[in-house]
Amino acid sequence: MAVSEALAAFDAAHCEAGAIASFVGKVRPDETVRALEITHYEPLTLPGMQQVADRAIARFALLGLLVWHRTGVMTPGEPIVLVAAAARHRRDAFAAAEYAMDHLKSAAWFWKREQRADGWHWIEPRGQDHEDLARWV
Amino acid sequence: MAVRLVLLGPLRDLAGMAESEVPAPLHWEGLLAAVSPELAMQLNSNRVHIACGGVVLADKTALDARDGEEVALLPPVSGG
Repeated sequence: MAVSEALAAFDAAHCEAGAIASFVGKVRPDETVRALEITHYEPLTLPGMQQVADRAIARFALLGLLVWHRTGVMTPGEPIVLVAAAARHRRDAFAAAEYAMDHLKSAAWFWKREQRADGWHWIEPRGQDHEDLARWV
Repeated sequence: MAVRLVLLGPLRDLAGMAESEVPAPLHWEGLLAAVSPELAMQLNSNRVHIACGGVVLADKTALDARDGEEVALLPPVSGG
C-alpha cells in the first residue's frame, strides 16, 4: 500500500476529525548510500509499536492513530515510516504524531543498516533520539 | 530438547549466523558459554538486552529459558 492510499483510508475512517497531522520518514537521499535495510523481531516489534500507540492515545485527545513501519530493503527517497493522528483539534494531532515518532525512533525494535560502495554498515543509535524522548517525560 | 537462540542486528554479523539451537534449560552462564567470546563480551554490555518467550528481561542474568522457548539477543535499536 502506498503512503497516499494509507492516508486516504485513514482520512475516510475519521470523518469526524477536525484535524489530521501526518509524518512520513524517508530514506534520506545521500550520494554514498545505495540502499537501507531495516530488520525487526516479530515477537517484540509489533507489540512495542502498539504500546507506543496506546500511550499516545492515553495522553492526547485523539480520534484515531495510524502507525506504519516498513521492513526490508529500501532505496533513497522511499518511505520508511508513516504516522498519522486524527483529532478534533490540531494541537492534539500535531503533538501525538510527534510523540509517536520520538518513541518509535528510540524504543521500537528495529535495526538499520546502509549499503555503501564498500558494503553494509550498521547504523548506531543517535544520542539525539534519546534527547527527543526526554521532552515527553 | 532445545532453546532457539535468535540474533538481531549487528550481533547477527558478529556471530556469523541469525539463529542456532542450544540445549535447554538455558541460564545466563550457559548462554555466555554457548557463544563466542566476542559475542559474550557484547552480551555483558548493558546496551544489549535479552528477550525470553517474547518478553524483554529486566535482569538478563536471571535468564531461565525452557525447552521450546525462544531467546533473542537484542543490540541497541536504530529504527524509525
